[in-house]
Amino acid sequence: MNGWSLFIDTFFRPDLIVRYLPPILEAVVLTVEIAVLIVATGLIGGLALACARSFEFRPLNLLIAVFADVFRTVPPLVLLVLVYFGLPNVGVTLSSFAVLWLVLSVVLTAFAEEILWAGILSVRRGQWEAARSTGLSFAQTLSYVVLPQAIRLAIPPLTNRSIVITKNVALGSVIGVPEILNVATTAESFVGNSTPLMLGALCYAMLFIPVVLAGRWLESRFAWRRF
Amino acid sequence: MNAIVAQFFNLEIMARTYPILVHGLGMTLLLCFVVVPLGLSGGLVVAFAMQSPWRMLRAFIATLVDFFRAIPPLALLIFIHSGLPFAGIRLDPFASVCLAFFLNTSSYYGEVYRAGIESVGRGQWDAARSTGLSAAQAGLYVVLPQAIRNVLPDLISNTIEVVKLTSLASVVALPELLYSSDMARAVTYNASPLVLAALTYLVLLWPFVRLLSRLEHRVGH
Repeated sequence: MNGWSLFIDTFFRPDLIVRYLPPILEAVVLTVEIAVLIVATGLIGGLALACARSFEFRPLNLLIAVFADVFRTVPPLVLLVLVYFGLPNVGVTLSSFAVLWLVLSVVLTAFAEEILWAGILSVRRGQWEAARSTGLSFAQTLSYVVLPQAIRLAIPPLTNRSIVITKNVALGSVIGVPEILNVATTAESFVGNSTPLMLGALCYAMLFIPVVLAGRWLESRFAWRRF
Repeated sequence: MNAIVAQFFNLEIMARTYPILVHGLGMTLLLCFVVVPLGLSGGLVVAFAMQSPWRMLRAFIATLVDFFRAIPPLALLIFIHSGLPFAGIRLDPFASVCLAFFLNTSSYYGEVYRAGIESVGRGQWDAARSTGLSAAQAGLYVVLPQAIRNVLPDLISNTIEVVKLTSLASVVALPELLYSSDMARAVTYNASPLVLAALTYLVLLWPFVRLLSRLEHRVGH
């Protein structure tokens, strides 16, 4: 067999593509669903914590800061394995899907909180005082004056972080969530051929290339000013 | 409550298994010392290639960078480790991890450097060239130092991510920190070794996370 047909036979065998494309596409749908769920939970969680932090209640703020530091520092795979294999021993059994959702949402919450909090801090003190002096309550000032400015600033880093977290859905394959990588590796070891894995990798690439390109566009809009 | 302490914070089990974890930590550190410089230098090549006057080269590099940023690192690692052997390319776990990380992190570092290089005004290049420096000298001695200063927070943040990412090596059975602590968990039927591993990562990276927060708040204003 010459090199080219060996390459095709190893990575793009037509019969295997036909057989495994449907289940892998199903996994693509599941992957997107989990990703959307995680991003929604994480962003809402981060926003809630950042707002809670702006009340300047010291013990709570300390708690939030520690939470954010811990979950920004420990690798998500470590948390995933810890929760998935540790909880059943104390009588709590969660599905692998629930564990993946929980862990990645908490990690994104930690990052989003820190990003939004930096945004809130960047809004000048005078804005708060001016808003309050017009008769707005604290909550109104926060939601109508401060947050709109803070969120604008936070959008590029929040987008980046959400992309990173979405790619971490692939970690779910380690604990048996049937996302793209899991389905592809299972099929690969079943047929003893790399075609399913190549399909899985290409599906991931196809899913994220538009996201990466959108990120480039976003970055160029907020680019450094040249002089 | 007692059950939780016994299951997650069992000091006796932590004391018994910590030699295995120290071994794993050694492998994690070795991995970092190989993978981070590899990515930093690969990224530098990528960034300067992106400044080249040849359109084709720029387009080629940009495609590669976008492709490797689009594929989840775990998918890339598993492809290299268990997909390539079918094509007759067999790498041991350490080499697989290094190759996967090289492709992935060079792309990310490359983008960071590029943002830095582009933040340095064109005038700096022109002025440097007009004093008689070659293009390579101007890039290396004039533009790069300013570029790195401008994107230092991003470089640190990316490096923290790379260190966290080394935990993926456990999936291809490289006995680093996560792999060894998971082994210890399987042997003792207790999650405390994993908690100890999480704490180790925390102690290792926390100073850098704090430093980063400081730099970011300072640069932001």
